[in-house]
Amino acid sequence: MAESPASWETVVGLEVHCELRTETKLFCGCRNAFGEEPNTNVCPVCLGLPGSLPVLNRRAVELAMAIGEALHCEIRPSLFHRKNYFYPDMPKDYQVSQYDEPINVDGWLELPDGTRIGIVRAHMEEDTGKSTHMGGGGRIHDAAYSLVDYNRAGVPLVEIVSHPELRSGEQARQYVSELRAILVATGASDGKMEEGSLRVDANVSVRPAGSDAYGTRCEVKNLNSLRSLGRAIEHEAIRQARVWEAGDVVKQETRHWDEANDRTVAGRSKEEANDYRYFPEPDLLPLAPSEEWLARVRSSLPPMPAARRARLAELAGTEPREVATVVDLQLDHLVLAAADAGADANLAVRRVTNEVAADPVRARQLDAADFAKLVLLEAKGALTPTQAKQVLAEMLDGGGDPEAIARDRGFEAMDLGALTTVLDQAIAAHPDEWERLRDGDQKLMGFFVGQVMKATRGQADGRAVSALLRQRGR
Amino acid sequence: MPERDRITSTDVAHVARLACLDLTDEEVEEYTVQLRDVLEYADVVAALDTAGIPPTAHPLPLVNALREDEPRPSLDRDEVLAMAPEVENGRFRVPRILGEAP
Ligand SMILES: [Zn+2]
Repeated sequence: MAESPASWETVVGLEVHCELRTETKLFCGCRNAFGEEPNTNVCPVCLGLPGSLPVLNRRAVELAMAIGEALHCEIRPSLFHRKNYFYPDMPKDYQVSQYDEPINVDGWLELPDGTRIGIVRAHMEEDTGKSTHMGGGGRIHDAAYSLVDYNRAGVPLVEIVSHPELRSGEQARQYVSELRAILVATGASDGKMEEGSLRVDANVSVRPAGSDAYGTRCEVKNLNSLRSLGRAIEHEAIRQARVWEAGDVVKQETRHWDEANDRTVAGRSKEEANDYRYFPEPDLLPLAPSEEWLARVRSSLPPMPAARRARLAELAGTEPREVATVVDLQLDHLVLAAADAGADANLAVRRVTNEVAADPVRARQLDAADFAKLVLLEAKGALTPTQAKQVLAEMLDGGGDPEAIARDRGFEAMDLGALTTVLDQAIAAHPDEWERLRDGDQKLMGFFVGQVMKATRGQADGRAVSALLRQRGR
Repeated sequence: MPERDRITSTDVAHVARLACLDLTDEEVEEYTVQLRDVLEYADVVAALDTAGIPPTAHPLPLVNALREDEPRPSLDRDEVLAMAPEVENGRFRVPRILGEAP
């Protein structure tokens, strides 16, 4: 497909549904678990049996407040409403959601480049059950019948609605990536888009560049990875620009991202807008968190990704984006442990980003004290960079003390005496080069380091040799 | 409530059928009377002048009715599925859905 026409600006607002990491559902004691046998985590409340009554989960409220706090929202007294609709994925025929009085309003999220995206609201609601459409290739319209599993019905969700302030698929991708990191940091989400615990719908429109009016928007669904999110938005914006350029009108509708064919396809037309007949849920009392409760949630919040990036960047003397991988993979503790042990934080960031991050699963089992020790060994020259990487690989493989691993591999650092002897020999063998180096030709530093490396078959530490050369040259 | 709006046994039988409830003729008559009584309470409320009074969602001056996040036993699946007219692979089998879920 061609690239986006420059004369059009893309306008995107995102709705992100986040399943909360609670033990139980929002209104009943059924377990909140993914991938279990169908219809095993169900009870009279989440099956909507007559006479059953919902009771709100305290932990879900706390996680919702934590999300509000992390997104700089105003956290307010709130109400639950019934959103009525007739699909079998909700056995009650309504979904309990927060409507005109949501718990969190008016926040913002800061992208890694410093751009702030406004958050309209982040409200609580319950998830629906899961329908599988049988026959007709799994498409809802052509299906012969559907099978429903209610394990997910009633699982607590927070829906986070952004202002339409995103301007490209790439920026939307960054927003969701940052939001996911924040949700994981608060403990509210496991961040697994592929398991549906984080689901994204994008409202996309285009307008002539320079205009500040809003065009007709389409809601793009089925965005279950960061990659498909970015691509779907780019493709949808191009489609709309072409419709306008052809003199046609973009229809307001729901569209689905068709990953296999790189396009969005039309779904329900929004003209037949649903009337959900919202009314206050009579079985639930209003929610009004006290200042004291709010303060407790606030004080239990760990540092958010932006603050963690700033901290690591300051320690390592880099830009925040250069430590993004460390924070994304939640490997901050490794760098912090190295810095605490007095090792070079910049070197620690590089070892985490280049070596440890390649294996995120094993990375989490890496002992921080051992890692700190390794960085220290490399920083003081007891291990060469090549040796340090090999030791680190073995530590990731099975763990262990880096000194012991280095000893087993025969990586005994050459002591200064031995190094000096080798260097003396190199100087004696190349008196002309030595003179030129003493006269200030710095290029010859590399020459002598190379000579020593060759003589020691790579066992010497280049930086130690350079240091020795500088001392001698004085 | 005007006579024509009063609930009839036909209405009750219809709603019972929609809710998949098997009611005997006696039960239909009994529930018709009960539902009529309930709806008449609404007439009493509707007769009041509520202009200028903000809507009340809850009559109790209470907030924050919460439970701890502790699992409780769920229902036995066979028992649950036995309530459904049609079942397949441990799931509820429902007729094809027109349109799509919101
Ligand atoms: Zn339940």
